[in-house]
Amino acid sequence: MSTPEGTTARVLASDIRSGARSARTVLEEHLEAIDAREGEINAFNLVLADEARAAADAVDARVAAGEDPGPLAGVPVALKDNMCTRGVPTTCSSRILEGWRPPYDATVVERLVAAGAVVVGKTNLDEFAMGSSTENSAFGVTRNPLDPTKVPGGSSGGSAAAVAAGFTPLALGSDTGGSIRQPAALCGVVGVKPTYGAVSRYGLVAFASSLDQIGPFSRTVADSALMLEVIGGHDRRDSTSIPEPAPDLSSVLDHGVEGLRIGVIEELSGDGLEGIADDVRARLHEAAAALEAAGATVATTSVPSTVYGLSAYYVVAPAEASSNLARYDGVRFGLRVDAPNAGDMNTATRTAGFGDEVKRRIMLGTYALSAGYYDAYYGKSQKVRTLILEDFARAYGEFDLLLSPTAPTTAFPIGEKTADPMTMYLNDVCTIPSNLAGHPSMSVPFGVGEDGMPVGVQVLAPASGEPTMFRAAKVLEAAAPDGHPAVGGTMVGSSAGVRHE
Amino acid sequence: MTDRISKEDVAHVADLARLTLTDEELEAFTGQLADVLDHAADLAALDLADVEPMTHPLPIHNVLRPDVVGETSDRAEVLACAPSVEDEQFRVPPVLGESP
Repeated sequence: MSTPEGTTARVLASDIRSGARSARTVLEEHLEAIDAREGEINAFNLVLADEARAAADAVDARVAAGEDPGPLAGVPVALKDNMCTRGVPTTCSSRILEGWRPPYDATVVERLVAAGAVVVGKTNLDEFAMGSSTENSAFGVTRNPLDPTKVPGGSSGGSAAAVAAGFTPLALGSDTGGSIRQPAALCGVVGVKPTYGAVSRYGLVAFASSLDQIGPFSRTVADSALMLEVIGGHDRRDSTSIPEPAPDLSSVLDHGVEGLRIGVIEELSGDGLEGIADDVRARLHEAAAALEAAGATVATTSVPSTVYGLSAYYVVAPAEASSNLARYDGVRFGLRVDAPNAGDMNTATRTAGFGDEVKRRIMLGTYALSAGYYDAYYGKSQKVRTLILEDFARAYGEFDLLLSPTAPTTAFPIGEKTADPMTMYLNDVCTIPSNLAGHPSMSVPFGVGEDGMPVGVQVLAPASGEPTMFRAAKVLEAAAPDGHPAVGGTMVGSSAGVRHE
Repeated sequence: MTDRISKEDVAHVADLARLTLTDEELEAFTGQLADVLDHAADLAALDLADVEPMTHPLPIHNVLRPDVVGETSDRAEVLACAPSVEDEQFRVPPVLGESP
């Protein structure tokens, strides 16, 4: 099942920089993997094979000229299709951006390319990143590479699936309420939501600006660290960007968890929370035991206000979305549906261009912000965020890191939850608190559920706590039970492995 | 947050958000929005009178930088994104009245 170690971004970049392998050869191997299974998986909205070949050849030319193309030299990467790529369609999986080719690159895209990465394509998502299953897309459903009858999670389901299927070793997603971590868990890969402001949002199409954050997907913890080092750090074009360089993660990765204090969040994993499946809970407790065995002190702890996270999130995120999505009016970019006057043109364009989930959230947000309801909903929710932040601060007075499941269940069947939005929203119950607080957290694969599908464990850290968070993730990766379909002590789900299904 | 959201409320909100709903959509959305708002009703029970609303996850205030002349977007490239353009400007149907 597993592929050679040679498929990690670290090894690929190292081989390409030294001239041991060519970027072009590595790219062709990945394009073959895409050819073999993309028809079934539908991870991509757009595969940029010709552009990627030109970029790979340019990397090889630099190596031949004795130059160093950078830490991601020749590594194929996939971008969630809500990140702007100059001259290349950027759709957010929405009809309303039909035909739009952004006039600039997102900062993360510039940094990846500057580090030598080769952009292979734009991945599918729930429209405007609103969803937990990648079923709300104008470009069709993305399927879970480990079981194509199941969802890959969402909203960054295309990026998670691309990495799990071996299409690329690295991908970028965006995470507003769990949209990197939940699909990572469901597809059996690593997914990281960095501290709010750690990665520039310049060129990320806005969903909920106070919550959105870009982060990596990879098959190994070390690869996510590498990617985050490349994309992180201050950007003057994002005023919410933390004015610090990206933290050094690679050099602390193997420092272990000896002496660290780790708290398991009772409210997100105990018997009190409905909907956390028994097998998920069992893997969480095994993960906690593994950290303890590695020298950490582990105890259960309470972060009481996290139980209000879901409610607050489904006010704050739609409210910000309704404001951010007001810009799609048929005037400056994307779709226009003509009408005799401007107001009717706006309405006709938005009605035709947005899908149901986006409309639902726009209306919810418009309602929550409207006269007479602002204080009751948005105002109150922003206060709940303060409570959550204070509760986390108390918990981090006692613990270095916190632990919870990433998602309540393993991947669910396609179509199972589309009829009932509230059931779908409950998928995010464990991931939302980190977004509301602006804290980093990541999902690490840890064994499988009763259905043989991967389970993710979430490691949470205080603001800018990524170095410690990655140390624990590395320990969990090494301790993960065998038999995992995509990740484990050995490595790594792959084109070879998944094709075999 | 007491009364459930009504169809009239949803129709009003759709109008504010520049969306047209069919009768079927209005029916479905009203029930779904009410479910989400019901879930949010647990916030109503919280006494938050003395809690400051969070405005930013991190204590970053007054982000200032020197005003340095840099690159700007290319006008032609930006206008090429628009559905309709005339004389280097975005072209829209009449805002007042209707086009003939």
